[in-house]
Amino acid sequence: MQTRALVEGVWKVEATRIVATVARMVRDVGVAEEIAQDCLVTALEQWPVKGPPDNPAAWLMTTARNRAVDRIRRDQRLAANLAELGHRLPGESDLEVEPDQIEDDVLRLVFVACHPVLAAQSRVALALRLLGGLRAAEIARAFLVPEATVAQRISRAKRTLADKQVPFEVPTGADRPQRLTSVLEVIYLIFNEGYSASAGDDLLRPALCQDALHLGRSLAALMPDEPEVHGLTALMELQASRLRARTGPNGEAVVLGEQNRARWDQLLIRRGLAALEKAQALGGSFGPYTLQAAIAAAHARARTPEETDWKRIAALYQVLFTVLPSPVVALNRAVAFGMAFGPQAGLDAVDVLAEADEPAMRNYHLLPGVRADLLARLGRTEEARAEFERAAALSSNRREREALLGRLRELA
Amino acid sequence: MRYLILLKAAENQMGGTPPPELFAEIAKLGEEATKAGILLDTAGLTPSAAGTRVQLEGGKISVVDGPFTEAKEAIVSYAMYELRSQEEAIEWTTRFMRVHQEFWPGWEGTSEVRKVMGPEDFANFPE
Repeated sequence: MQTRALVEGVWKVEATRIVATVARMVRDVGVAEEIAQDCLVTALEQWPVKGPPDNPAAWLMTTARNRAVDRIRRDQRLAANLAELGHRLPGESDLEVEPDQIEDDVLRLVFVACHPVLAAQSRVALALRLLGGLRAAEIARAFLVPEATVAQRISRAKRTLADKQVPFEVPTGADRPQRLTSVLEVIYLIFNEGYSASAGDDLLRPALCQDALHLGRSLAALMPDEPEVHGLTALMELQASRLRARTGPNGEAVVLGEQNRARWDQLLIRRGLAALEKAQALGGSFGPYTLQAAIAAAHARARTPEETDWKRIAALYQVLFTVLPSPVVALNRAVAFGMAFGPQAGLDAVDVLAEADEPAMRNYHLLPGVRADLLARLGRTEEARAEFERAAALSSNRREREALLGRLRELA
Repeated sequence: MRYLILLKAAENQMGGTPPPELFAEIAKLGEEATKAGILLDTAGLTPSAAGTRVQLEGGKISVVDGPFTEAKEAIVSYAMYELRSQEEAIEWTTRFMRVHQEFWPGWEGTSEVRKVMGPEDFANFPE
């Protein structure tokens, strides 16, 4: 094996822990990453010549910590020289590292990278960079944006964190629930970008789903008492279990009812159900992610589409709508009503939503898509045709558009 | 991408019973991998003496109970990881072997890192 490949492997596994440890020491995420990167460069220069150290991961961590100490001492000297006051400088106790502390540091890094002071896109980019260990180029490829854009988002985000003096800590006060929500949002955003690519030719970008799952599982291990963390992880495991079945041989979308369930990933389903159980055991049954996971679980448990317990799913959506009254939830509830109580019940629910004329729904292709399906089932073919056409025109994903046009052609 | 790691070793070497510290260290490593969110499944296997082979040979299927004395090594454990690259799989596997090196001196074995076939592999297949 090439030494370069060895460095690559150790780095991918260890980078987050190193950045987190150094960030606590220097109290600046940007500086921490810089120091960590410098160590990587040193490794890439030295190891191929001198041979890798016995324990490469430990070498990287020690080197990074030593450099952080040097940096702090230099800054202290500088501050002393300038007689700068009122600025808290790290003391010696900040420089020690216990193994358990690394995990606390990683958790701190999670909360800082997903801080609400940052724009949503910046949070996503920073999380993938610092917590997922992705390069700017990899993030750019995943989100179909130029690499320079991602690099800019990341550097701006680091600057914002420094300017606003965001403390490197896990929130413990009144803002904790809101901060955790922000973390979960970032993770789910990453997952969804992989699960239903919002733009481009491919329907799925499974690597992003995988990155989000890693973050979710990792967070569940770091915060084992937070039900919604398990709920989100359960939701992602269960949704990811259908990844292989969601696209056909030519990359086209396959809807849930028509998926080959033998292609569902039973390992992920098992993990998802276990995580859901944990969330519920912790009293999280009414959390929005846990409820969505419960809905996904109802699908996962059905060996055939006919076995699906739609009444239970409709009931779960009803509850979900009370805690998360979004138009998208209302639309999914209408779909469930349509399956549990017949197409007319579904259509009535969709029409209530359509009449509400929610701004979020105005250009949302799934609204006419769902209406079209219900109208077709009611035999109102002409109306269904018009709605499928509207839905196809509104979709920005090529595969999805093709699927809608396919439905249109099927209408006699 | 998924990687299946199979640990192969001669059974009953070094007295057959691993030191308890080894188990503790393996558990610690497993916890670390779980906290990284990348370990999907792992377990040790019962001795091959309790195993069975169903083999197709010369057009005939036969069922043979273990132990399989002719084999030098048996699969003793497996782990399923979900990772971005083979390099990461090798790093985790090296850590696993390093724990053995440190806590069960003299013991020998081989961990095989195998990528589970995924859609990305089919893309490279000839039509």
